[in-house]
Amino acid sequence: MITLNHYLAVAAILFTIGVLGIFLNRRNVILMLMAIELILLAVNINLVAFSAYLGDLTGQVLAMFVLTVAAAEAAIGLAILVIFFRRRGSIAVDDVNRMRG
Amino acid sequence: MIATLAFYLFATLTIASAIAVIFARNPVHSVLWLILAFFNSAGLMLLVGAEFIAMLVVIVYVGAVAVLFLFVVMMLDIDFASLRSGFTRNLPFGLIIALVLLTEIGVAYGTSRIGLGSGQISAPTQPNIVALGQLLYSRYLFAFELAGLILLVAMIGAIVLTHRSRGDLRTPKVSKQIARRPDEAIRNMDPGVGEGMTL
Repeated sequence: MITLNHYLAVAAILFTIGVLGIFLNRRNVILMLMAIELILLAVNINLVAFSAYLGDLTGQVLAMFVLTVAAAEAAIGLAILVIFFRRRGSIAVDDVNRMRG
Repeated sequence: MIATLAFYLFATLTIASAIAVIFARNPVHSVLWLILAFFNSAGLMLLVGAEFIAMLVVIVYVGAVAVLFLFVVMMLDIDFASLRSGFTRNLPFGLIIALVLLTEIGVAYGTSRIGLGSGQISAPTQPNIVALGQLLYSRYLFAFELAGLILLVAMIGAIVLTHRSRGDLRTPKVSKQIARRPDEAIRNMDPGVGEGMTL
């Protein structure tokens, strides 16, 4: 019998893996963006599980909005990455502090 | 019984592929593991009866976001090995942070007095997508339109950011064409016989 707690545990572990990914790949922006996607996925699993077990569909509506924001964030993040690479020739985050804006 | 087995299968694969995303040496492999994680979490959502969100995860995450990641990873010519230089140095620190975070989540959950319902998924009275659509187009209409606006801004922003105008391109000058008036483009003439054309 699968309860809500099982889903919360999976989402918590996924969230932690996402945060760990941000810490480990400090220099690689692409992997940092992927880790952010993992975190948002964990949030989505939480929202959907709560929505299903509490019988309230609002959680699924909110999960949809999270999905929207995740897609927009990935598009903008990768666009910034592409122009950064075009200008600098690398994507190491250490170089970012050289930007003067 | 089969639902329990499916849950453990999906959950294990989701977490295992999430770990592989972080620890993969090749970023292309990372993206592929990410796709596997998305598929399995879609399966998790399917198990609780959220079919629409599950399909949306597959369509949006796998079909758009992961492909975008794959595209960018393959397009940029980067020496990824040099980007992993701080990996082992950050590993103990990161693991400590992760353990602390996980413990905190557990403590917060253990002390919360949130009502968890009956612990059972109640049978839906109408299909998931119908119920979701009715909610989305009535109570959350404004938020829904706002989500569309966010996507529009992201789309225009990504185009503006990455668009590169080349100097040697011969494009039509639209403003000049629109500003052109008939009286400066046409000349009425009255040439005499045999004087109309010079060869």
